[in-house]
Amino acid sequence: MNWQEFFAMGGYGFYVWMSYGISLVVLLINFFLPVIQRKQLLRQLQLKQKRNKQS
Amino acid sequence: MRFYHRMASPPHFYALTEKLMPWISVIFLLMTGYGLYLGLFVAPPDYQQGESYRIIYIHVPAAWMSLFIYVVMAVCGGIALIWRMKLAEVVLISSAPIGASFTFIALVTGSLWGKPMWGTWWVWDARLTSELILLFLYLGVISLYGAIEDRKTAARAVSILAIVGVVNIPIIHYSVEWWNTLHQGPTISLTELDKPSIHVSMLIPLMLMATSFKFLYVMAMFQSARVEIIRREQNSQWVKKMLEERA
Repeated sequence: MNWQEFFAMGGYGFYVWMSYGISLVVLLINFFLPVIQRKQLLRQLQLKQKRNKQS
Repeated sequence: MRFYHRMASPPHFYALTEKLMPWISVIFLLMTGYGLYLGLFVAPPDYQQGESYRIIYIHVPAAWMSLFIYVVMAVCGGIALIWRMKLAEVVLISSAPIGASFTFIALVTGSLWGKPMWGTWWVWDARLTSELILLFLYLGVISLYGAIEDRKTAARAVSILAIVGVVNIPIIHYSVEWWNTLHQGPTISLTELDKPSIHVSMLIPLMLMATSFKFLYVMAMFQSARVEIIRREQNSQWVKKMLEERA
């Protein structure tokens, strides 16, 4: 089996790879969005803490 | 009982997620890699559906997860209402977007599978409709939690919604047996576990992907729970100490 055949998926390539692609994107968002949110939240709280100390 | 209390304390849970994450990630990556390799390269094409059936390795595990996560949320809702356990509220609300995502994936991949096999993207049959209602239940939990400002009231409201919505789960599960649907019957049935309707070369990657999705859920839920815990505990000593250590 060559790669071209593999990606063609017997003519169903569009449906199969769209399924895998959309799922990959949605699942990546699920994992990495909270990581970004946590970093932002921690940065915010750190700023708040600094301000409280100065005042 | 002391062990239970320690486990359920937010700072302990936060530290635990940090410690477990690398292990879970490694197991997840290995299992997914092997599952996809077997599913996409090794397993033979289906005798009726050709190569298109390979969508099954995402579609079925995602659909299972959509049901599984809702049950987890309902159980957490019960624990949160009865024992006022904060961690149960955190797990409930952190699970909702992940459950919604798996439901969305099940619907979209089902649609992409239905088009070449049934000739249509969508039909209003029992299985598809009840799964769509599940998506709305997840979205309901997310928006209800966001709409109520007081965290205690919000947590109680979503707990009740999660518990009430659980009636939809057996409806989805049995829909292909109770009603005459376009959706095919179950690939693996709990009452006939010893004789699944697919060959073992397709069954093994399916089971690997189902397990890998469970790990993925735990990983995403942990990440989301960490944000929720910090947000709730931002005025507590341990968060303040963590912030100082970071600086």
